[in-house]
Amino acid sequence: MSILTRTDGYGPTTARESRGVRERPMSRLVAFVIMGAFTLYFLVPIWWLAVASTKSRGQFTSSAGLWFADFHLWDNLTFLFTYGGGVYLRWLGNAVIYAGVGALLGTLLASMCGYALAKYLFRGRDLLFNIILGGVLVPVTALALPLFLIFSAVDMTNTYWSVFLPSLVSPFGVYLARIYAAASVPDELLEAARLDGSGEVRTFFTVSVRLMAPALVTIFLFQFVTIWNNFFLPLVMLSDDRLYPVTLGLYAWNSQTNAVPELRTAVIVGAFVAIVPLILAFLGLQRFWRGGLAAGGVKA
Amino acid sequence: MSTQTTARGRNPGARQTGSPPRRRTHHARALAVLVVPFFALFTLFYLLPIGYAVFRSFRTVEREGTFGPATEVFGGLTQYEQVFASDAFWASLGRVALFGIVQVPVMLGLALVLALLIDSPLVRGKRFYRLAFFAPYAVPGVIAAIMWGFLYSPSLSPFSAVTSNVPLLGGGMVLWAIANVVTWVYVGYNMLIIYSALQAIPGEIYEAARIDGAGQLRIAWSVKVPLVVPALVLTGVFSIIGTLQLLTEPQVFRSFTTSVSSTFTPNLVVYTTSTVPNFNLAAAFSVVLALLTFVLSFVFLRLTQRKAFQ
Repeated sequence: MSILTRTDGYGPTTARESRGVRERPMSRLVAFVIMGAFTLYFLVPIWWLAVASTKSRGQFTSSAGLWFADFHLWDNLTFLFTYGGGVYLRWLGNAVIYAGVGALLGTLLASMCGYALAKYLFRGRDLLFNIILGGVLVPVTALALPLFLIFSAVDMTNTYWSVFLPSLVSPFGVYLARIYAAASVPDELLEAARLDGSGEVRTFFTVSVRLMAPALVTIFLFQFVTIWNNFFLPLVMLSDDRLYPVTLGLYAWNSQTNAVPELRTAVIVGAFVAIVPLILAFLGLQRFWRGGLAAGGVKA
Repeated sequence: MSTQTTARGRNPGARQTGSPPRRRTHHARALAVLVVPFFALFTLFYLLPIGYAVFRSFRTVEREGTFGPATEVFGGLTQYEQVFASDAFWASLGRVALFGIVQVPVMLGLALVLALLIDSPLVRGKRFYRLAFFAPYAVPGVIAAIMWGFLYSPSLSPFSAVTSNVPLLGGGMVLWAIANVVTWVYVGYNMLIIYSALQAIPGEIYEAARIDGAGQLRIAWSVKVPLVVPALVLTGVFSIIGTLQLLTEPQVFRSFTTSVSSTFTPNLVVYTTSTVPNFNLAAAFSVVLALLTFVLSFVFLRLTQRKAFQ
């Protein structure tokens, strides 16, 4: 209730002013305590992972969890990257191929399609868009088993393609691209390019893509996360551990820690190494997230 | 910008004569180049698999005698009869329903409160909090679950004073232990969606409310919350879908505890059935789950939209 009267400080009477002065720090303090508590909730687990990955196996169980003991990070990293013939590095590489290259190509395909849906009138356009919009509501986990059935029908499970190709398709990317293209590429500009004799496809690649650039970053980020987080698809598709993305690899290691206890170190350091570049990239590119999220909110 | 001026600098009337028919053919070719690649892949890896899964769900394996060769034939609703008779599947649906009824409101409520706080003049250092709360979203579900698995475990956790006394990974608690992992990852993401909706509200609305004598709490409840309802509906739909599709976290937790069965969530039922392997039944489970997901998010959208416009 005290917060309710907080802005009364702006009022004309001195009584109100003094009340405002007294209560403003109070509600500020409450807000500060809430924000501080949640900062701890969100960051302590990551902090713990960072600290744990610097510890030797003995110190991991015997020392206090949230502070450094002996500094074994280099030994742990060496162990991580050499265990099992250096398979971890391969998993990282695979993840970059599936999520990085996949999202890059997927962004290109989605933006081309979304752009065409926004800028050209053609028969069946609305039907096409509605079908793709329906695809937005189909979660990637629901597709994993059907995709496995299709790929096993042509005997192509347990290959790079079986994870890479399905990852290229992002209906949500098409949806975002359509919104951005409609808002950021003016029709007069396309008309002008046409009069200059530029072909439609060339106009897209030389003019429209530049205007849509912030949207493309957003689409890329969304798709990257979707592929990176998609655990079910590689889980059902892949049996050869050299094809695993890093998440599936860490999962496989983690389920062996009861039999092979020293793998626990590899799991912890491996988890830390996998998320550090992601967290940095996410935080650095946050303004693109917000742009995309704001556009996504228009839908509901 | 420079492209725009150079493009306009040229003589605009020069090629206008006779261009409409030619332009249409240009567009047809452009459409083929722009639309066909995506739609071909969409057909191959969205529509075709869904169709094929539906097809497989109507197939059944028949054997001649006990040891005869197996052949696949049309089985009508045989697989669906098994789906409806599967206690494990319905128990798993009940489990995620309970999970969703508790976790989704808690997570979205938390996201809303944090977004409102960051948006209010009460908080300094908004940028820092935005980054700190969003950071967990960069952690993939598998890694988040592994991390929390260690944090929950009685012997390895830095909070072993708590975890050795409270069986967080025991049968009664493990569902809520998983709920906490999901909440930890997604609160910041949902908060950002709500926060960007708050940022889109024009400042004059607050001015008007302030002149009318409304305090911060009052402005938050009566002005801001109604205006971010569309964002809440969006996050609600995605959260419902996510809950029904829960797989990663429970699957990872199976390495930490025996309390998570192989049929803990509907998607685990699908996965376990497919490893038997019984693909036709797994396909039927998948189809039923997808339909339920679709119906539930549709109903939720209808209900909330009606409420929002009353």
